[in-house]
Amino acid sequence: MPTINETITQEIRAKAKELLESKEVAAFLGFCQGSLPMTTRPFVARSPEEADKLVWNSFCVLNPANYLPELLKSLEPPRGPRDPAPEGPLPKAALLATGCWSRNIAIQIKENQLDRDRVVIVGIASRGMVDQRKIRARFPDQEILKVEEQDHKLKVSGQNFEEEINRWDMVRGNCLTCLHPDPVMLDVRIGAAGQERKNDTPFQQVDEIKNKSTDERWQWFQDEFASCIRCYACRNACPLCYCDTCFVDDSKPQWVGKSIDPVDTGLFHILRAYHCAGRCTDCGACESVCPMDINMRILTKKLSMDVLALYGSEAGMDPEAPLPLSTYKTDDPQDFILSESGAAKEGI
Amino acid sequence: MKVYAFKQADLEKWVKSWTSTHKVYRAATQKSETCGAHAGWTEMTDGTMPPCGPAKSSVKTFYFPQPETMATFSAKKEDPDGLLMENQETPEEKQIVFGVRPCDGRSVELNNLPYVDDPFYQANRERTILVGFSCTEQKATCFCTQTGGSPYGTEGLDVALSQVGDVFLAEIITDKAAELVDNGDGLTEASESEIAELTSLRQAVEENPGHDESLKAKEMTALHGAPFWDKVAESCLNCGACTFLCPTCYCFDIQDEVVRGQGKRIRYWDSCMFPLYTLHTTGHNPRGKKVQRVRNRFMHKLKYFPDRFGPFSCVGCGRCIQECPVNIDIREVMVDLLAVK
Amino acid sequence: MISYLPYPVRIDDITLETEDGNLKTFKLVLENENDRQAWSHVPGQFAMLSLAGKGEIPIGIASSPTEEGHLLFTVNRAGVVTTALHQMHVGDRMGVRGPLGNGFPLSSDLKGKNIVIIAGGFAFTTLRATLLYLLANRSDYGKITVIYGARTPGMLLYQDELKEWAERDDLDLHVTIDREADGWEGLVGFVPTIAGEVAPSPENSAALICGPPIMIKFTMPPLEKIGWTDDQVYLSLENRMKCGVGLCGRCNVGPFYVCNDGPVLTRAQVLKLPLEY
Repeated sequence: MPTINETITQEIRAKAKELLESKEVAAFLGFCQGSLPMTTRPFVARSPEEADKLVWNSFCVLNPANYLPELLKSLEPPRGPRDPAPEGPLPKAALLATGCWSRNIAIQIKENQLDRDRVVIVGIASRGMVDQRKIRARFPDQEILKVEEQDHKLKVSGQNFEEEINRWDMVRGNCLTCLHPDPVMLDVRIGAAGQERKNDTPFQQVDEIKNKSTDERWQWFQDEFASCIRCYACRNACPLCYCDTCFVDDSKPQWVGKSIDPVDTGLFHILRAYHCAGRCTDCGACESVCPMDINMRILTKKLSMDVLALYGSEAGMDPEAPLPLSTYKTDDPQDFILSESGAAKEGI
Repeated sequence: MKVYAFKQADLEKWVKSWTSTHKVYRAATQKSETCGAHAGWTEMTDGTMPPCGPAKSSVKTFYFPQPETMATFSAKKEDPDGLLMENQETPEEKQIVFGVRPCDGRSVELNNLPYVDDPFYQANRERTILVGFSCTEQKATCFCTQTGGSPYGTEGLDVALSQVGDVFLAEIITDKAAELVDNGDGLTEASESEIAELTSLRQAVEENPGHDESLKAKEMTALHGAPFWDKVAESCLNCGACTFLCPTCYCFDIQDEVVRGQGKRIRYWDSCMFPLYTLHTTGHNPRGKKVQRVRNRFMHKLKYFPDRFGPFSCVGCGRCIQECPVNIDIREVMVDLLAVK
Repeated sequence: MISYLPYPVRIDDITLETEDGNLKTFKLVLENENDRQAWSHVPGQFAMLSLAGKGEIPIGIASSPTEEGHLLFTVNRAGVVTTALHQMHVGDRMGVRGPLGNGFPLSSDLKGKNIVIIAGGFAFTTLRATLLYLLANRSDYGKITVIYGARTPGMLLYQDELKEWAERDDLDLHVTIDREADGWEGLVGFVPTIAGEVAPSPENSAALICGPPIMIKFTMPPLEKIGWTDDQVYLSLENRMKCGVGLCGRCNVGPFYVCNDGPVLTRAQVLKLPLEY
């Protein structure tokens, strides 16, 4: 009896083949198997034969929407900067999209990064992706050589051990608190539709830090980001980060120091999170790709919490709705603006 | 060369004794342990043995600390010599890095090839005592033998520790390390049979070199123009994880920083994966495309550097394979390159 | 050991070169006697101009080693450092680190040859150094031809010297501008066209070409037509640089480090390199 993910894999391959064979799309963006256990690679199938490399499992932690604008551009016939756009419709790409990824696509469309007509969204209800760090932490002194997936179990094995563990216990923090596993928009569905999830404390991970004293919180922040090497994997894995020149790279003016001074590193992370406010769908790619295991997602999660409280908005849930932080309303909340009297009251 | 033999408890005691006279570093086991400028490393207070495989962060942080001050200046207007650069004294304080794997030790020697005349690298090399640990076990991502290294290698190390049965042998390789031995008082010299056992372990590796040097004979342009690069680069995020974790990536950027009238010219790690790395002021970018940058990194390690200096600029530690967010695997790239006609 | 410490220099003179105000020539004097003694360069080399608090930039040395007592750098205002440099005054102090790179092989491969200098726009700087060196060692070289072009008369560098050189009979000078302009009585036309008309035969000759890539591209066919080969043509590459000594990465064109292995190389060598410049 094939597992749910094996069935989905087969369906993805069949759909990709069909779309590529019929030339409806020129490329199909998904994942292929990585060279190590618990890894997948973002992968673009450009021919029906390549579709057989596509896989679906619990380790598809990158966000394919991140690759989409560049992929679409690469499909256009080459032309110079002053050449007119070619006539007729441009080639399309299909991509896999779970709940959060589809919300990113909605935001990309809203922010004019993407032409909806050129994208075939292949929707999959997410069952939560697994955090390989959690598995490694579970087996701290052993090297994991193989992880076999069943629907609700993971069989982890190495040189001298083999153990079955509960899959849900290993699921990433963002997926654990996710309320919307089903795509908000799709053209083709793979697998069964997902149910909206209930969670009374979706921001519990943030609350844990919020409830600390100021000093404890500052200590947490310093400890958490101390090992950042400024590789920018978090930024580059994020579909929201598409500026031509990021503020950390700008030299005229230079906003942020370039080395790993804790002030500069902290500033980078805080500003990056703020740039994502009202846009972040908590896909968790930033955290999953961090080579130093930093939980920077907590910052964006906190901002999602604030945006929900202040504007009643969840990023990308309604593809038609205006983005909360780029829309001005006369009744926008403004209690967070520090006034002199307010600052005095707070003791600042 | 002196070789001493220890039981584990004695070895731990010996290592711990250094902490009273030297700054001793070991790989951090958790994030919050990280100390100051050396991300992934922490000051050691006991003599605990390192876990299997290379530490997450390489030893290059001790040879290329970042930021590294290259010169200082006064940026005060009223200062008559303001804005003139003064030389930065190179650091002299001795430091010990403990539990380094042979791959990392070798990286120090490989980086020394281009950096032989760099005053800062040389000063850091002079003041750093590398205490290495041979690998009785290797990880699935380890491939040191394919790059010319060995799990029992001693290149770049000042002291090499190896486990032979339940005994640890300490080879005192350089004069720098002699101060740790203190005339050998209270230490037991290894027996001939113990040394012979270590030698045979070493030879077993040397007899099966996995090192393919045939890339040297291949045309640079053929490798550069090979069609597989697009596929390798397609999933790349262009982050700097591989370059920053790599022990043999040594590129840097230079910046001037001024804080309250006091200026520093600093250097810090840079990455050929970043588009800004090569961007001209005119806006022209000779490696503006992702595939060009990915290709440059691998070509530098596996072709340009060997053609100039001999060995690969890669020690096979496997960090880039483990930590690449999209699992780009340098071993696969080597196979692809070797297949180019 | 490499030293990353710039020599202290004083700005002795600043000349505004072009009508657009973007090119200035800085005359720098090394402040320390020791540094003056130690300094020795060949035309085609470059140096890092260092402005504390702003950074360093690689700029070709526009003065010839035969001009003693000062260094000249002609700088286009473009980025952070050059903009700050353009705001400096005579008497201000700054730093120079160098000389760096290889330079033109004037005392080896090029000795005894007919030399053709082809320059476009503000890339004339190191070729000005070369020309002065050739003239100072005139008997070591054969025929000297100079083809220099700019967009307009006001964009020509070193205008006083161009007038002096035009008077000389041991030098064949062709100065051209892209389009007709009021008061201009000299040549009109793009550098490649003029080069095709006035270039000498390739026999025992070498061409040193500096200019925009498009100019270099179109200068080659007319030269090739009269028999020039790629190994007779010397070019100078430019790439972003930080250290200038082959360590920081970034300036490499394939295996070739522009800072250390270059910037000067023959066109035959360039053609073997990937297009990363």
